[in-house]
Amino acid sequence: MEDLKLIARIAGQEVAISADAVESVVEIDAITPVPLAAGHIAGLAALRSRVLTIIDTYAALKLGQSPRDGVIQAIVVTIDNHLYGLLVDEVVDVAAITGDPQTLHAGLSPGWAHAALGLVEHQDRALLLLDPARIVAGPLSAAA
Amino acid sequence: MEELLGEFIAETRETLEPLAGEIVAWEADPSDRGRLDSIFRFVHTVKGSCGFLDLPRLERLSHAAESALAEVRSGDRTPDRKLVNAVLAIIDRIGEYVEALAAGETYPEGGDEALILALEDNEVEAPEPTPAIVAQQQSTPRAPARSIRLPVELLDRMMAGVSDMVLARNELSRRLRERGGDAIVDTAFERLSACVAEMRESITRTRMQRIDGLFSALPRMVRDLSAELHKQVHLIIDGGDVELDREMIEMIRDPLTHIVRNSIDHGIEGPADRAAAGKAVGGTLRVDARQSGNQILIEIADDGRGIDDEKLLAKALAAGLVTRERAQRMDRQERLELIFAAGLSTAQAVTAISGRGVGMDVVRANVERIGGTVEIDTTLGRGTRLTLRVPMTLTIIPALTFAVGAELFAIPRGAVDEIVRSYGGSVEVEMVGSAPVARIRGERVPVVELAKLLGVPSYSGGRSILVVVRASSGERYALSVDSVQDHEELVVKPAAPAIMATGVYAGTTLPDNGRPMLLIDPAGVAQVAGVRAPDAAIPAKAEAEEARIETVPTLLFRACDHAVRAIRLGLVERIEDVAASAIARVGGRLRLSHDGRILPLFGCDAAMPDKDDRVRVLLLGDGTTEIAYAIGEVIDIHALDPAFLPAAEPGPIAGVMLVGEIQVELVDCFWLFGQAGAGVASPERPLCVLDSTDPWMRDILRPIVEQAGYRVGWSGEGDEAAAIAILSVDKAPAAPLPAASVIRLRATADETAASAGSIYRYDRHGLIAALAAAQGRR
Repeated sequence: MEDLKLIARIAGQEVAISADAVESVVEIDAITPVPLAAGHIAGLAALRSRVLTIIDTYAALKLGQSPRDGVIQAIVVTIDNHLYGLLVDEVVDVAAITGDPQTLHAGLSPGWAHAALGLVEHQDRALLLLDPARIVAGPLSAAA
Repeated sequence: MEELLGEFIAETRETLEPLAGEIVAWEADPSDRGRLDSIFRFVHTVKGSCGFLDLPRLERLSHAAESALAEVRSGDRTPDRKLVNAVLAIIDRIGEYVEALAAGETYPEGGDEALILALEDNEVEAPEPTPAIVAQQQSTPRAPARSIRLPVELLDRMMAGVSDMVLARNELSRRLRERGGDAIVDTAFERLSACVAEMRESITRTRMQRIDGLFSALPRMVRDLSAELHKQVHLIIDGGDVELDREMIEMIRDPLTHIVRNSIDHGIEGPADRAAAGKAVGGTLRVDARQSGNQILIEIADDGRGIDDEKLLAKALAAGLVTRERAQRMDRQERLELIFAAGLSTAQAVTAISGRGVGMDVVRANVERIGGTVEIDTTLGRGTRLTLRVPMTLTIIPALTFAVGAELFAIPRGAVDEIVRSYGGSVEVEMVGSAPVARIRGERVPVVELAKLLGVPSYSGGRSILVVVRASSGERYALSVDSVQDHEELVVKPAAPAIMATGVYAGTTLPDNGRPMLLIDPAGVAQVAGVRAPDAAIPAKAEAEEARIETVPTLLFRACDHAVRAIRLGLVERIEDVAASAIARVGGRLRLSHDGRILPLFGCDAAMPDKDDRVRVLLLGDGTTEIAYAIGEVIDIHALDPAFLPAAEPGPIAGVMLVGEIQVELVDCFWLFGQAGAGVASPERPLCVLDSTDPWMRDILRPIVEQAGYRVGWSGEGDEAAAIAILSVDKAPAAPLPAASVIRLRATADETAASAGSIYRYDRHGLIAALAAAQGRR
């Protein structure tokens, strides 16, 4: 089974996201903050005539705060008819990765563990496969 | 009517095609209930439309078929081959008739009676329909259809595409301005802009639908309901051609249905009660739609028993919805508003029709969710009228934008009562415990400091603006913001769940600058801030009512020369930022090129703005003429006394008024419009003297006189010989007016002995003619 995955770097880690879920990759330069919203909601940005809700992936994975200097890359996904932009350090590649994700045995920090679907292998390296919906939902503590 | 007919033809054709299959199936198995139902629906629809379109022949045919089919449906008659044949013949005839209509021909007379007769439940063998007509029909080519059906998603995609185009256009426009003018590029760009605007408008129109679709279900519903309740109700529907965003139509379907049900169930009395009350035995229910600006008004009025506000109050008290103290202070309208309170049903008993746990509170909530309002007006014993006001489209709402800290926010304009400065003379903000409370003209209003609530820094330095809002949940409070920016029509989209979870936002919007903005939900803010206002706003109210005087909403602004001026808000159509390069001194005055038009520009004659700057302008309109007025910044909006001290001589300033402690110049829009119409002012204008003590002359007559080419002077000032004086017959001037000629005005239309030779004061033509004649004599 062939399956396209988007490979991006978040907090120095290379991770994979199923390309089916990804609408596009955009560069964000201005974010309108949303006061009172949960910590992983970085704010709003415009994607042509549509409004993106920007997710601070670092915060969603309990890794602190995403860097917000200059132009930042974001992965655009649609979840429940809403558009989200997931902030990443950099989009590295799009690759066809075969095989189902494997269950993970290593002890991950709770943030990663919550968002991870499993492990996939790419060019002899193991990558975490992340579920964008879980990143959008935010850290576990917020959901609980 | 033409359009309606076209729609009817298209629809009938469209239904006839699949119906052909149904008919064949029904013919094979006449006991098939599903087939029978769809054929019945078809003839029923045709009948309904025919009555409306005045097609009596079709109506008679479809009515006959409907009656026969209704008997079958109710089990009074078993479908036999003869009936099937007769119904089929009628449906064929309907199809032929409709084709004739589409081709614009008259369908040959006769033959209908035989078809109708054939339906009757007797043994007489009906004659076959005349085949000659069918033959003739086949020779006529079918007119091609002029409308098509499109999937809604496609329209939505086009709409999104056009929105993208508008944003791209704005971006390009910014870039072009930065690079400086190239006339050829600018012209090409203007043309593109016009195309985009036109496109946007037509795409928006594709989303519009006639409200007919919503109203067409009502006659049937009213008929069934009144039969069930043994009442007689006459339904009058008007304004079915009003157009509304189709999503909006879906959103008001349930509220409308509910209100109509309520009217018939609770409003209109039974025939016996009506007769006893001296009313016509049959009640009347009017459903009426009309457009008013950017809003659609839907009125549902019955002539039933009305609503007893005392009973309503008693019920609310019993249910514990209001306290006894509050109840005593409520006026009639407030008591009536209780009908919208959750958990209150006025019916003596919960009935099967409308008492299903869905109350008027749900109706109001649904209507307000789409930015609309519900108003109630009732007279005991005479009837009730409910008015739904909804925006024409679901997505565009008028909003007020304001700044808090570094960010801009918007709030639905419908929720805004007034805007005042926290540091003005008429407003005092005091601390009650930890909570600030503003005292505005004697009324105490709780203040919500938005910066504090949102946890963002405030830049106001204590000199904040209070936006007094009334939330849909009834709370009235003042939102403290840093500055008010603008009135805008915003396209609002729902925000992501995580943002809605904060409870203070109603959605997101993307203004033309391309930076997303949050729309504040007034009810949500009240809840999060813990404002419980229904009672809090009351205490000082009696006082406020005594002090209530007639006020005019007035916009205060800082002019280009830094003076504080005021302008009546009614004339301000928009506030916009324009490029200074669009302003030029041409044809003897400053003019602004805006949206492809040239507008006379006032307000900055002395100090021309810097070429690279942006200039904020007020766009003023009196319905025919449009002018621009350059300003420095908007201060706020006040409700001010209409009176002011008139200026010494006519000019751009009408006079001076006091706002708080500050003297403010009131801009004379009539003078400005007069200038815009007259072109360059002529110093050679003859003088016309008016009675300065007569406010009617000062406010109403003066612009007319000035437009006729006169300068206006006031009685008792200066001794220049006037060309003409205008007097009021009924109100002698304090001092005689020296003038070469005199025009006398009377307040009544009819001429009396005392007012012989005078002109009725609203006889504009007579007045202008007299003024022109006086000018000619000089």
